[in-house]
Amino acid sequence: MRPILLQGHERSLTQIKFNADGDLLFSCSKDSIINVWFSHNGERLGTYEGHNGTVWTVDTDPSTELMVSGSADNSMKLWQVSTGKCLYTWEFPTAVKRVALNEEGTQIVCITEQRMGYQCAIRVFDINRDEPTKQSKEPLHMFNPVGSKATVCAFTPTPGVIITGHESGKVALFNVKSGEEIESNERAHGDVITDLQLSKDRTYCVTSSKDKSARIHDTKNLMVIKTYTTETPLNSAAIAPNRPYILLGGGQEAMSVTTTSLRQGKFETRFWHKVFEEEVGRVKGHFGPINTIAVHPNGTTYASGGEDGFVRVHHFDDSYYRAKPYGDAEILD
Amino acid sequence: MSGHSVQNVDDIDFSDIEAKYQVQFDDGLENIIVVDGVPVIDPSKADRLLTKIAKEFTKKGISVKVDDIFIPWDEKTGKSKGYVFVEFRNVDDAILAVAAMDKHPFDAKHTFKVNHFTDVEKFAELDETYEEPETEEYLPKEHLRAWLADPQGRDQYVTYRGDEVNIFWHGKPSQSELAYKPEWKDFLYVAWSPLGTFIATLHRQGVRLWGGPSWKPVQRFAHPMVKLIDFSPCENYLVTWSNEPIVVPEGAIQGPQYFSPDDEGNNIAVWDIKSGDLLRTFSTYTETEPGTPKKQMPWPALKWSPDDQFVGRLTSGEMISVYEAPSMVLNGKKSLKIEGVVDFEWCPQGEKDREDAEKEKSGKSTKKARENILAYWTPEFANQPARVTLLAFPSRTILRQKNLFNVTECKLHWQNQGDFLCVKVDRHTKTKKSIFCNLEIFRLREKDYPVEVVELKDTVLDFSWEPKGERFAIVSSSDPNLGNPGPGITIKTEVSFYQLDRAKNDFRLLRHLPNRTSNAIRWSPRGRHVVLATVGSSSKSELEFWDLDLHTDERSDKSTIEWGSGLASIGAADHYGVTDVEWDPSGRYLATSASAWTHTLENGFAIWDFRGQELVKLLQDRFKQFIWRPRPPTLLTKEKQKQIRRNLKEYSRAFDEEDAAEESNVSAELIALRKRLVDEWNAWRLLRKKEIGEKDESKKEGEEEKEEIEVWIDEVIEQSEEVVE
Repeated sequence: MRPILLQGHERSLTQIKFNADGDLLFSCSKDSIINVWFSHNGERLGTYEGHNGTVWTVDTDPSTELMVSGSADNSMKLWQVSTGKCLYTWEFPTAVKRVALNEEGTQIVCITEQRMGYQCAIRVFDINRDEPTKQSKEPLHMFNPVGSKATVCAFTPTPGVIITGHESGKVALFNVKSGEEIESNERAHGDVITDLQLSKDRTYCVTSSKDKSARIHDTKNLMVIKTYTTETPLNSAAIAPNRPYILLGGGQEAMSVTTTSLRQGKFETRFWHKVFEEEVGRVKGHFGPINTIAVHPNGTTYASGGEDGFVRVHHFDDSYYRAKPYGDAEILD
Repeated sequence: MSGHSVQNVDDIDFSDIEAKYQVQFDDGLENIIVVDGVPVIDPSKADRLLTKIAKEFTKKGISVKVDDIFIPWDEKTGKSKGYVFVEFRNVDDAILAVAAMDKHPFDAKHTFKVNHFTDVEKFAELDETYEEPETEEYLPKEHLRAWLADPQGRDQYVTYRGDEVNIFWHGKPSQSELAYKPEWKDFLYVAWSPLGTFIATLHRQGVRLWGGPSWKPVQRFAHPMVKLIDFSPCENYLVTWSNEPIVVPEGAIQGPQYFSPDDEGNNIAVWDIKSGDLLRTFSTYTETEPGTPKKQMPWPALKWSPDDQFVGRLTSGEMISVYEAPSMVLNGKKSLKIEGVVDFEWCPQGEKDREDAEKEKSGKSTKKARENILAYWTPEFANQPARVTLLAFPSRTILRQKNLFNVTECKLHWQNQGDFLCVKVDRHTKTKKSIFCNLEIFRLREKDYPVEVVELKDTVLDFSWEPKGERFAIVSSSDPNLGNPGPGITIKTEVSFYQLDRAKNDFRLLRHLPNRTSNAIRWSPRGRHVVLATVGSSSKSELEFWDLDLHTDERSDKSTIEWGSGLASIGAADHYGVTDVEWDPSGRYLATSASAWTHTLENGFAIWDFRGQELVKLLQDRFKQFIWRPRPPTLLTKEKQKQIRRNLKEYSRAFDEEDAAEESNVSAELIALRKRLVDEWNAWRLLRKKEIGEKDESKKEGEEEKEEIEVWIDEVIEQSEEVVE
């Protein structure tokens, strides 16, 4: 498995994301640009310039016409994927930490940072797909989650319900209309939740946390289905479709990296068996912590973005599909 | 000066201040002592006597005024009663006076008997009827060697991590389990006794020994701030050391188990393990000229003879003092005065020596067992050459002496059966610019103790005898970086094996392994297997597993095989950051650990089998110690051991069956567990999928067929027209 190295960012990666078809890979970084790449050969298709600060997050709609990004310049932008044109900009009082689209690509949920006297806010916007340049400035719904601030979020299969991960390690379900907390698991993790990725059918999700563990939750009732405990703080967790694996990435805190050896840093992508909760393999490569991991929707490719500023795209070898590490039992996706 | 400030002092009312600062006087009788044994005198001489008594007290540093002494008079005779009362300002002075003046000879006829006034009363009122002390109920003690009776014959080890100590059984994966998790608090480190009977913990207050199947406290030794301990080889005695001199505070408990004021200022204490009694204390203080760098204290500071009979103490450059245990008196009432002596070692007792000694003790044999042997060396000084001496003890006869020249340093290495002594001599050339090495090998079992010399060009870093064997391994180096270690520098070394050639009766090179980084040799305690390790390096951490008798099952037909052909590498491994390498007592497993005391990278431990296959690996931050529990020597006779070896196949069949049965058992269990996990998962997935399916029946799964488009591109790269004529 020879990785393709994508060198298009000057600073550390914050999030990478495959589009629904999996032919494109979006990457955003602290150098305030967003890049889009062909996933099969790593050729850069283009760059989205316009943000004036760290781009924390991106997401695309199912048809890959529109892309949304959130940045530390207190704005969220809607882009035309094909032309690179910024269609609309929403301004907020604080930085946008996370954006996510719903399954149909008609709504955006975004989290803004708690800073400078402003509370952490969750807003939901409708996308005007007919006239993309004319968007409603005001959110459809807005609420401030009580208690610990939210760090990650996504739409669940239930309309009007989002799932959030919080700084305290809490995972919760919110009704966006009322801002009411429907369900919550205060002790889902022991430390800040760093990533939350949904399964294809959005019925379960995996969360990663600085408490060195990752967990699968049922998005309906927040029941913890599986727990994967590692020995390093985790920054990202992804689900490999069609194969029973969970990909975990993380490593030593960026600030203490210079004082430790590469060996000690644990900057590998770890493959865990989804059902048996056992580690099955590791992929080395980054020389800094892994900040974000994404898997191709068909499960043929995965990419990791690191603090070192590189994106590494790996196409799985045949042996990956053939390997049956724990017998022939058929495991549903 | 203003006139107002000068007031008549008497006018001011001080009563409030006086009340506040009123001194509380001892109004009891504790400050009064009774001095008996005073001459009986006429009142006329009273003044003189009082002055004399006061003077005697003052001589001892206790100030007594004549007014404080009261002489009781016998009204009938008109003479004094022969005792006086003395009153002191406070109780402390009274205590001091009793201690100092009791049994003080006043003159030729009179000796003072000094007591507290309160004591007189107390003893007078003492109940005189004898009360028989209750006999304590007999409590059977636990068997301290119970762990040896483990049906699976497993070994134990202790790990110390953070503040947590665990004692584990080590066996097959299914048999490796926690043996005991003690709740010991606030200690420096743990240590096993040499035969594995006790485990010791070092606390602020002293040493504590634990043992038996329930790990109850067995004994304790009150040596405050103890830092180092050393057991005698037969576990009869314990030596403790603290960098802080012993201080016995006033009012400290006294008794055979505690320090007495005589021990003050000393650092080393010797204890009897069974009774817990303090035997003797020593001082480590040696006068060093100011300016000379402080030498590191060698530990163990006291060296025990292998049978626990004697303990030797070196006074560097002057003498070796040998004390008899347990009385701790100097043997023969004099030390061995050896000018310049630098180091000495006792010869270990071989299995045969031990048997002989036991037979002699029980009177079964008239044959005298081998005497204890001491080896020591002295450097060159004045016109004398350096010298290694073998000395029998206690007869103090010199068995062998060897003169050496151009010596920088000597190291004495005994083979563990006491068959050979190797003196590693670091020698320098005349110009003192380069150093090379000689191995002087003494053969102890032969007449006149012949010495053989193996000359080497390089510096030898490590030397190690094969236990119970006739082979040794050395690590040598000619690396220019040797001697100036820097960070990240790993010294290149070479490893050589030597064996006693029976035919020629000398030691010959078996194999030379160049280009290594190994710096530690670890022989299996049963011989034959050896591990070469690179420890304490930040970049290299290799472990090499060697077998010296690979092609020979029985050692008897050694002569027929080719020299050195049995030596083979059987495995290699790597344990990053390894600091300690230790074989288990059975020689089947090897433990390597990376201790947080040395560095903080990937602390933890690993256990390997003798071929270098990893069995256990555990990375734990703040991991500090891993120690196998030692075993006492086997109780089986030589014949019995041979018989077992001969019938090994039969015995092993039973074990093989056991293994096979267990393996199938384990895998069946595991498969069942996995099946259950998969079933649970699939059931949950099906449920959710069904729910989703119901919800959006209309929305069909848009699984697109994968479309492969092949595009053929014809490109004309060059076109040229040639006119054919």
